[in-house]
Amino acid sequence: MIVSFDHVTYHYPGAKAPALDDVSFELEAGEFCLLAGLSGHGKTTLLHAACGLVPHFHGGTFAGTVSLAGLDTREHGPAHLGGHVGVLFQDPETQLVMSSVRAELALALESRGHSAAAVARGVEEVALALGIDALLDRSTHELSGGEKQRVALGAALAGRPQVVLLDEPTSQLDPVAGEELIGLLRRLNEEWETTIVLAEHRLERCLGAADRVISLEAGRVAHDGDPKSFLKWAAQHEPALQTPGAKLFALAGLKPAPTGVKQARSTLRARGLLPDEMDPLTSATPAEDRDRALAESPRPERAPGLRGLLGGRKGAPPALRLKGVWHELRDGPAILRGVDLTLAPGESVALMGRNGAGKSTLLRHAAGLMEPTRGRVERAGRVALLLQNPGDYLIHERVGEEASPAALAAVGLAAMAERNPKDLSGGERQRLALAIVTGGDGDPPPVLALDEPTRGMDRGAKAELAREVRRRAEQGQAVIVATHDPEFAAACANRAVLLADGRVIADGSAAELLAGGWYFATETARILGGAGGALLPEQGAELLRSPRTLLEVVA
Amino acid sequence: MRTTRLLFYRRLASPLHATRGGVGAVWALVLTAAALILYNPLPLAALALAVLGAGACAGVGRQLAGTLRTALIVGLPIVAINVLASREGLTVFARLGDLGPFGQGNLTVEAVVYGAVIALKVTLLMLITTLASLAVDPDELLRGFRRLSFRSALTASLATRMIPVLGADAGRLAEAQRTRPDDPARGVRGRVALLSAIVGGSLERAMEVAATLELRGFAVAAEGRSRSWWLRPWGSRGSGTHTPGPRAGRLNQHRSARRVGRPWSRHDLGFLCSALAVPALALAGRLSGAASFEAYPLVKMQVGASTFVLCAALIAAVLLPFADRRGIDR
Repeated sequence: MIVSFDHVTYHYPGAKAPALDDVSFELEAGEFCLLAGLSGHGKTTLLHAACGLVPHFHGGTFAGTVSLAGLDTREHGPAHLGGHVGVLFQDPETQLVMSSVRAELALALESRGHSAAAVARGVEEVALALGIDALLDRSTHELSGGEKQRVALGAALAGRPQVVLLDEPTSQLDPVAGEELIGLLRRLNEEWETTIVLAEHRLERCLGAADRVISLEAGRVAHDGDPKSFLKWAAQHEPALQTPGAKLFALAGLKPAPTGVKQARSTLRARGLLPDEMDPLTSATPAEDRDRALAESPRPERAPGLRGLLGGRKGAPPALRLKGVWHELRDGPAILRGVDLTLAPGESVALMGRNGAGKSTLLRHAAGLMEPTRGRVERAGRVALLLQNPGDYLIHERVGEEASPAALAAVGLAAMAERNPKDLSGGERQRLALAIVTGGDGDPPPVLALDEPTRGMDRGAKAELAREVRRRAEQGQAVIVATHDPEFAAACANRAVLLADGRVIADGSAAELLAGGWYFATETARILGGAGGALLPEQGAELLRSPRTLLEVVA
Repeated sequence: MRTTRLLFYRRLASPLHATRGGVGAVWALVLTAAALILYNPLPLAALALAVLGAGACAGVGRQLAGTLRTALIVGLPIVAINVLASREGLTVFARLGDLGPFGQGNLTVEAVVYGAVIALKVTLLMLITTLASLAVDPDELLRGFRRLSFRSALTASLATRMIPVLGADAGRLAEAQRTRPDDPARGVRGRVALLSAIVGGSLERAMEVAATLELRGFAVAAEGRSRSWWLRPWGSRGSGTHTPGPRAGRLNQHRSARRVGRPWSRHDLGFLCSALAVPALALAGRLSGAASFEAYPLVKMQVGASTFVLCAALIAAVLLPFADRRGIDR
């Protein structure tokens, strides 16, 4: 075996509860293993233990044995183990230590004493394999988030390690880049027999690629098996880990739970719930499916019209209006190109698009952090903007010092006023940051803007945040959320706006925009081909429970 | 999203950026040497003009203009201090009387001129340093030093990388504070909290980077290269380096392969010629008297045809390598 954990128990320094508790498993060479589990249940610690950072770097109390490529991690530190394992953490910024991409890719090889020729070849090969050869002479600090993630992966792979450990590598990537990364990992796994261990919250993205799923609960292995058995286990023991597809099937009373869209569609087709695509009389192209479905179907949740009617309040003056907003860099390209966008009070809008499309810049303009080079922004009042990293807001020792009691009560953190903000979970930190930017005294700000609020959140925390967004919209706040997560967008927004290259290229109801696409679509929508504009498992299950309706919609 | 105002290398489409790091660094060094050798304000001004032109040709003119503004702010106190502190020069333009232990406070024209020359030199040094930090790849430069001291060179590389990273972190933190409805940095306590958050964030960042370095084999590199290159046995000084640990066998197979060196480009040669020409001209100017200058006791400065020829030659020597833009790409 290539990786082995034998009764491993680990406590971080000063921690009472173990981060890993009697963990035992073995991985064979060439396995693609997915690590599942809620936030704070030991996924990252397990990855750190596999590469020797636990206990060598973090300290603490360690019991049991971890071996990687035959090396006992108690005897060999991360530097030695690094010759056999490549590691990619969540934040690529901290994994790029050199100024240029070429130097970054070469560092691990040079450190391990490879000859100059081997370094040059290794850099060239890994750059070609990952499609980053055009970036080789670029500076690392001028790369986009997706590019940085790829370069960091390249640096981890440059030495052709036998094992690659990845900790939520897609959390900062747009759906397209996320899918590309998973495809790339599958290719590495199949072509080079590289063992992949991937910790991820958005299981629907990678479950189809995995051979095995290990689920952690409070530091213990709660389940270890193939993806199908994992889904069966999750349905019974930890519904928060269910993929949307599995949840759709469970709600509709269908079995077995699908590991991916292809399998789900095939099952539905076999049961006569989807038309046979080989039958020209009943088949339709996905685009036709979607368009027809949207035009003719009875919708689980009727998508209202555009502008003020999209969940917003009729006749009310807009909460936010961007009129022909341009943001042009002095010595670079235009980030925003004549954006027109109006938000009515009570409207919740999902702002989607690829990395670098201009979403964050648009939100900064909305909040007045940036001034347009052309165009103007009209606001009904203060725009509360929650930026990507909630940790940037937390500067005090006590939660109670960060926000007023009323603000804490509004986000359900009143009982935690005495705790240190650094001890809060990811979801709680996000809520605390929300309390800080919205404030609790006086009227709530008319507009709330959230920039990638679900980064690194598990499904439970996302659902909680989506509820909070909907609650605020119902109370009359206009909410705009920049997100890469179609499931979250579908759960919290009634309108979706797609940005590309600084322009609004699509603007419509969430049901219209997030159904039927490839990337900017929920798993439920992809399984049902966009039928009925169903985006969430509950909506899809409603259609599946009345198969006649579904077939009428699709065919 | 926010761009930091720190000056750091970015690959741009210019002959200087296309030049190998070592040549770029040598070129910047000889410009510095020329600025130190010359005292005549005319060649110094010509050199400053040439450096500003070089900055414009390298696409970093705006940043150099910013440095020029800062240099003027630095230069004025230099002139003022020299005027007040210098007791040399014969042309007195103001008498401050008896200053006790400091003697007679006579302000002289010569002291003003000499102070201005020193300010001009400081300006030049600041401009050259800015140009070099913006246009010479630090990674490439430091790679050359790794054979001598791998860890030191890597640490220096890391430092150059961390400047923009920490700058971006600070920018992000400041931006987050701007989005708060209250001012968290109000009062001493608030400022201390903000400062501790910044310091804490930097330390966390340093820990994360340290973990990455550890996994990239920094400690192994230190073991493998603990003996300096020139101290190793002669036979082991080849392209391969000592490799500890379990991968040694695997690495040996690479030993016979030789990396094909980067060919010298026309830009490398151009800047190398410029690096030879500039100090030669400065020295020739000093020795021939074309750039002669004396501030005290009376200002004596060569201003003749030879001086103007020297100025023109200096400008041409600095800027000519930028004329050839063939083969330049991003």
